Amino acid sequence: MSRLKTVCALTLFLSGSVLSSAHAAGTLTIATVNNGDMIVMRQLSSEFEKAHPDIHLNWVTLEENVLRQRVTTDIAMKTGQFDVVTIGNYEVPIWAKQGWLTELKPDAAYDVNDILPSVRDALTSDGKLYALPFYAESIMTYYRKDLFQKAGLTMPADPTYDQIRQFADKITDKSGQVYGICLRGKPGWGENMAYVDSLANTYGAQWFDMSWKPLLTSDAWKKALTWYVSALKEDGPPGATSNGFNENLALFASGHCGIWIDSTVAGGLLFDPKQSQVADKVGFAPAPKGPYGKGPTWLWAWSLAVPVSSHQSADAQTFITWATSKEYVKLVADRKGWVVVPAGTRASTYAVPEYQKAAPFASFVLNAIKTADPNGQTAQPRPYTGAQFVGIPEFQAMGTQVGQTVAATLSGQMTVDQALASAQSSVTRSLRQSGRAR
Amino acid sequence: MALKTKRSTRIAVTLLGWGIALWLFFPIFWMILTGFKSEVEAVSTPPKLVFMPTLSSYAEVFERASYWHFTFNTVIVSVGATVGALLLAIPAAYSMAFMPSKRTRGTLLWMLSTRMLPPVGVLVPIYLLARNTHLLDTRTGLGIVDMLTNLPIIVWMLFTFFREVPAPILEAGRMDGATRWQEMTMVLLPLALPGIASTALLSLILCWNEAFWSLNLTSSNAAPLTAFIASFSSPEGLFFGKLSAASTLAVAPILVFGWISQKQLVRGLTFGAVK
Repeated sequence: MSRLKTVCALTLFLSGSVLSSAHAAGTLTIATVNNGDMIVMRQLSSEFEKAHPDIHLNWVTLEENVLRQRVTTDIAMKTGQFDVVTIGNYEVPIWAKQGWLTELKPDAAYDVNDILPSVRDALTSDGKLYALPFYAESIMTYYRKDLFQKAGLTMPADPTYDQIRQFADKITDKSGQVYGICLRGKPGWGENMAYVDSLANTYGAQWFDMSWKPLLTSDAWKKALTWYVSALKEDGPPGATSNGFNENLALFASGHCGIWIDSTVAGGLLFDPKQSQVADKVGFAPAPKGPYGKGPTWLWAWSLAVPVSSHQSADAQTFITWATSKEYVKLVADRKGWVVVPAGTRASTYAVPEYQKAAPFASFVLNAIKTADPNGQTAQPRPYTGAQFVGIPEFQAMGTQVGQTVAATLSGQMTVDQALASAQSSVTRSLRQSGRAR
Repeated sequence: MALKTKRSTRIAVTLLGWGIALWLFFPIFWMILTGFKSEVEAVSTPPKLVFMPTLSSYAEVFERASYWHFTFNTVIVSVGATVGALLLAIPAAYSMAFMPSKRTRGTLLWMLSTRMLPPVGVLVPIYLLARNTHLLDTRTGLGIVDMLTNLPIIVWMLFTFFREVPAPILEAGRMDGATRWQEMTMVLLPLALPGIASTALLSLILCWNEAFWSLNLTSSNAAPLTAFIASFSSPEGLFFGKLSAASTLAVAPILVFGWISQKQLVRGLTFGAVK
């Protein structure tokens, strides 16, 4: 009997001790991802708390997809768990239209015009700004200067996809585990499709015409996907369907890739000798061009926004203004060095000689972001915006489904024609179900 | 000849046993090893077995997150959910084992069927319930969900253990004037203690490792170790070293606890196997 009493007492103790309130007044809960720039922001946030003693910061770091799901649920159900959310330029216009985000009006000292126009436009909906960019990225080409030199090759100032293919062929040495080209192959709208969409745009391909009819079986798509599949099959690493950004970063950093076309954010990582064994051998070039040569390329801006469900909107805006300001960039430079300052957002950062010196890839990044043109036109007029994604809510599911089909071509389960026919049919069905197309 | 065969069979079985044990343990071994590598070594191809061990990943993990806060949440939620589930499951299993009705079997199967539903199927209603009762991001909320999630398994296990207790022993207690409550607490529970202990251990392990509800119902105040591990995954940058260090830290307490109590666990799981 005494044992039972002990158990009951323990239960009561636990019940009492576990009750806790979710929010305290003056505490901002910030939902973010575990990227290097966010880690630095978290480390330096004590400076913000010192300057604003009445605001305490509470950090919630989540895996990217979990973050999206949690924040979506939180905002849609008006729970108000998060005061600041880290989202991308895919979400911002869609969520703004839903009325989920607070409009931001930074003061003159913030100098909103210093933000690169392509980034600012991507975070604007109906002329109103709904998020402030923390760092932004586009696409560029990384290559191994030593392998190029050994093969007697020179990377042109503005390479084409045909040239990249020839270079990859020449530097591939499968017996030495050096693969001519590494590209994203892991299925997902933000994984392989981020690259494939960018590739497709420069081949003159696009997802929809003005009446939302899918165009995935066009000749341009066929040519783009054929290039992608044959390049990876002949000159790529084995198991390419498992390789996303991180896996390719690891391959390139450990000396297994000759050329890698991916996000500009990799520049800082590949250039860091602590993270890269080829830091002194990396060359940079713009993203290659396809037969069309124009069109949107790639723009992703990790941004800070305030959901309308936040109970502390004013404090939240004060924080995001600080975290995306020129002063914050200076603070990072002073404490951590210029090479790790958030890239791709402010023109003033690129005007600093110390930054240009510390980050030799800076001019490529700036140029890539300036010319990303996510709202620009494709070969034919299109009813949507976005460079490496289609800016509609259905795209997450649709893009991942097409991504799986694209991965099936790499693993040899489907031919390019079959994959595109299957993608066309699944996208048509998705749009019908959502009511966007009849 | 027979002796020789017997001996060679014994060696083969022993080797097979060791082989399976090593095969099962290998992922944990690799995780522990990776936690002591640098980020570049952690993803090197071919994988490195010989390397200069470093504690840098552990240092970074401790610097970035409050490990003890997450551990405290996990312990409170796991122990609370396990105790709560046992308090509900013991009377339920007792009545079903010793006073079965014609619907007992159906009830048991129905209880088990609730485990067949993917958790995401009830995410929205549970999230709304937690929001409306102010239990989001609280240890109480997560503890209740963990308790209810594991209840069917606990009732089933206890029901099986209780069935192994000979009914005449309970009848003898009743003959001596024991009430139902006394019969359950003073006769049945001591007899079935190994079974209850192993059920509690299993429930504890299930609660410790539960990730879906932890990631969806908590954010900072009540986030347990599963959320701690998930926070080290990164979409842009190498993270295997830090993730492995965080995972090692997260599984270490329950691994040690399970190792210490393995005798009890095996005894409980084989309880009643030989009468």
